[in-house]
Amino acid sequence: MSKFKKKKDGGLPAINTASLPDIVFMLLFFFMVATVMRDNALMIENSLPSASEVEKLEKKNLVMYIYMGKPSSGYKSKYGTEARIQLNDKFAQVSEVGAFIASERATKREEEIPFLTTSLKVDKKANMGLVGDVKQELRKVNALKINYASIKGDVSRN
Amino acid sequence: MAKRAAPEVNAGSMADIAFLLLIFFLVTTTMEKDSGINRKLPPMEDSDEDVVIKQKNIFTVLINNKDQILVEDELMEIKDIRQAAVEFLDNGGGTDNDGNKCDYCHGAKNPSSSDHPDKAIISLKNERMTSYGTYISVQNELVAAYNVLRDKRALQLFNLSFGEMQKNAKDVNWVGNKERLKEQISQIKKEYPQKLSEVQ
Repeated sequence: MSKFKKKKDGGLPAINTASLPDIVFMLLFFFMVATVMRDNALMIENSLPSASEVEKLEKKNLVMYIYMGKPSSGYKSKYGTEARIQLNDKFAQVSEVGAFIASERATKREEEIPFLTTSLKVDKKANMGLVGDVKQELRKVNALKINYASIKGDVSRN
Repeated sequence: MAKRAAPEVNAGSMADIAFLLLIFFLVTTTMEKDSGINRKLPPMEDSDEDVVIKQKNIFTVLINNKDQILVEDELMEIKDIRQAAVEFLDNGGGTDNDGNKCDYCHGAKNPSSSDHPDKAIISLKNERMTSYGTYISVQNELVAAYNVLRDKRALQLFNLSFGEMQKNAKDVNWVGNKERLKEQISQIKKEYPQKLSEVQ
């Protein structure tokens, strides 16, 4: 009898997948922590313009958002095709901007109020008349720090 | 009676459940960070006194209803605005309010253009039907003009571009004297102040 028995050829050994759940859980936790849920559903078209000289907005909790653009296809029949303002989850008139800023300020601590920035997320096809009206309203309520939201890129794409 | 050990729970499907959750979070995640052009609006003032600014110190940019750009009443393409604004700001033909000459300007010293970067104002006007995209493009070019000048000055003084200086000031891992860096940044900001007014 030979001492050196030929090894049984059992094909490839199965890979141990016991640690697979651990790896997946690790990824899962990463994404759970990194996720920021969308807080308001957009009812307007909102493709931001590109600009090369953009600065990042640092403190996210100190930013108020005002959206402007044409109503998206589902709302066209009801709200028309002219560019409109969206505050939180609904369409608004220019006159409501001041009240919106006041209510946003009320949710913040007093010492944070001077650092609040208003981010204007405006569709690049919107007209400046509406934006000018909103800017005027913001001046009235003394919300002077604004940010024209734009994507880093070349201006030729506007 | 013999005590039987509790049967082991089958954890084979654990990975599947985790994968399901993982895919949900992958799909809903938005990692975008907000960015944009920072501007400060002029405060509401009801004082009637008019500040007299010489016409030669104002650089007027008008975007009309058809998205045409008029710089000092002349039609101009977007790509040429930056250079025109740089030339205007860096002209240094006269003195600032304290009577100091601009000794760091590289401009043409044209007496009919701006006196001093401290006095030079860019006035951006738009009409109601101007499209926002064009407006932002022009804003971007004008901000870029300031950044070009600040970069140049920073390279000359501190051998570092202005953008890098600002990046260093924000970087927590940067080693160096932050106080001095901040002083240097504000010095350059003072030499080329961003005086960009948006008129309705």
